[in-house]
Amino acid sequence: MLCERCQERPASVHVTRIINGDKTELYLCQECAREMQPQLNFSIPKFLAGLLDYDPGLEVKAPPAVERCRECGLSYEQFHQTGRLGCPDCYHYLAARLDPLIRRIQGSSQHRGKVPRRAGGNLRVRREIEKLRAQLQRLVEQEEFEKAAQVRDRIRDLENRLGEQGVGQ
Amino acid sequence: MSLNLERSSKWMEGSGPQADIVISSRIRLARNLKGMPFPNLMNEAQEVKVIRQVSQAIRAPGVFQAVGELKLQTLRELSPVERQILVEKHLISPDLAEGKGEKAVVLRDDEAISIMVNEEDHLRLQCLLPALMLHEAWRLADAADDALENELDFAFDQERGYLTACPTNVGTGLRASTMLHLPALVLTKQAGQVLTALTKVGVTVRGLYGEGTEAQGNIFQVSNQITLGRSEEEIINNLSAVTVRLADQEREARELLRKQNRWQLEDRVGRAYGVLTNARVLSSQEALQLLSDVRLGVEMKILRGIDQRLINQLMVRIQPAYLQFTAGKEMTPFERDVRRAAMVREFLAG
Repeated sequence: MLCERCQERPASVHVTRIINGDKTELYLCQECAREMQPQLNFSIPKFLAGLLDYDPGLEVKAPPAVERCRECGLSYEQFHQTGRLGCPDCYHYLAARLDPLIRRIQGSSQHRGKVPRRAGGNLRVRREIEKLRAQLQRLVEQEEFEKAAQVRDRIRDLENRLGEQGVGQ
Repeated sequence: MSLNLERSSKWMEGSGPQADIVISSRIRLARNLKGMPFPNLMNEAQEVKVIRQVSQAIRAPGVFQAVGELKLQTLRELSPVERQILVEKHLISPDLAEGKGEKAVVLRDDEAISIMVNEEDHLRLQCLLPALMLHEAWRLADAADDALENELDFAFDQERGYLTACPTNVGTGLRASTMLHLPALVLTKQAGQVLTALTKVGVTVRGLYGEGTEAQGNIFQVSNQITLGRSEEEIINNLSAVTVRLADQEREARELLRKQNRWQLEDRVGRAYGVLTNARVLSSQEALQLLSDVRLGVEMKILRGIDQRLINQLMVRIQPAYLQFTAGKEMTPFERDVRRAAMVREFLAG
């Protein structure tokens, strides 16, 4: 039997579709069957957003505080349906319900990667301080006190810089 | 811009570390502009504004110094077939090609850098290199990202990192992936087992054309699952290690085949070459399977005198849109199968 759609290749897939109660049966070849596939769309973001429903603990805890993004107006329910947020500020306004979800799908809630030069603010400095503190610890353990003192001074400089920025803001 | 759709992309070169198994390496960074809704909520004026801002940014001297000349092409100016070719070359996603609204793609001449504008995020910066070169691809993407950040205000949060339309990308916005040819694992029926094990180390496996597609021609894509809480280097090191491990496993399976089933293996490769050089009608599925066998023959040095680069180019040239583009007309599936067979014969006769 030939494929009912392209009439060219042998049919090897049997498809039954029920749309509004009308049942249609089609015998298709592999290629046509694949081309007609999109109806069975599986969306990963949507699936992940749906995960939140299945945790009774979270549903009880979820505070009803702000349920809509004040910037773009997206509600958490809308996000829930599409798996897409509306704007960068959604992360702030929908945090109460979004943060637990992020922790679940990412296993973490603290960014540890790249910090952009301009948009990163003082995070770059804070990262540098963290790194220097670890270095200081090592130097002290190795009894390299002279070098340790230098590192300590650098940490103080950076901390002062952060302090000044804080006052400035 | 004059878009040269027939040119060969950098990733097709077929040389570099682990090139006998790893076809290409990709780094993708998701970035969004501050104070602008994500693409799913943008109106047309906002879409046009984003495209204009990106268009200006890529012409900045700093960007040119960092990564060379980039050119922007709006999707509106491309025919459906031309858009589809960009998908077949792995330069844009099917979503960008099919989506409504104002969208654009930025390309470097060698197609190692591409930026999708107004896909799920405002910018999706991609670097695509041949073989296992994830670190090189990351350095390139990082440089392009730095240079663009000088021109554009990216949405960034100190706790959550780069903010993206979908929380599955938040943090680094980084998706690193490698494309591997694993025929021996499939032939020895180990693929399912090996690939399932990967999910336990934070790696996702997909087919040739990404999310939801099957593994045609024994080609698999592996990528990192998690984007937040780890640095880019950690994510890339992990994926590199997994890729090397997979390649080792595939190599072991190949050697086992050579030892235990040498004649069957050489027969399979020889027959595939025979069919590809003589067939008059070839479906894309059959062509991809036979090309996988020939590729295996080339990679295991059973077949000599064929370049891996040629096979990579063929993989793209036998796709529906590319065939129709070079034929200069729309074709029925059967016409495509005839043209595909002719194209393969001509190419392999070289």
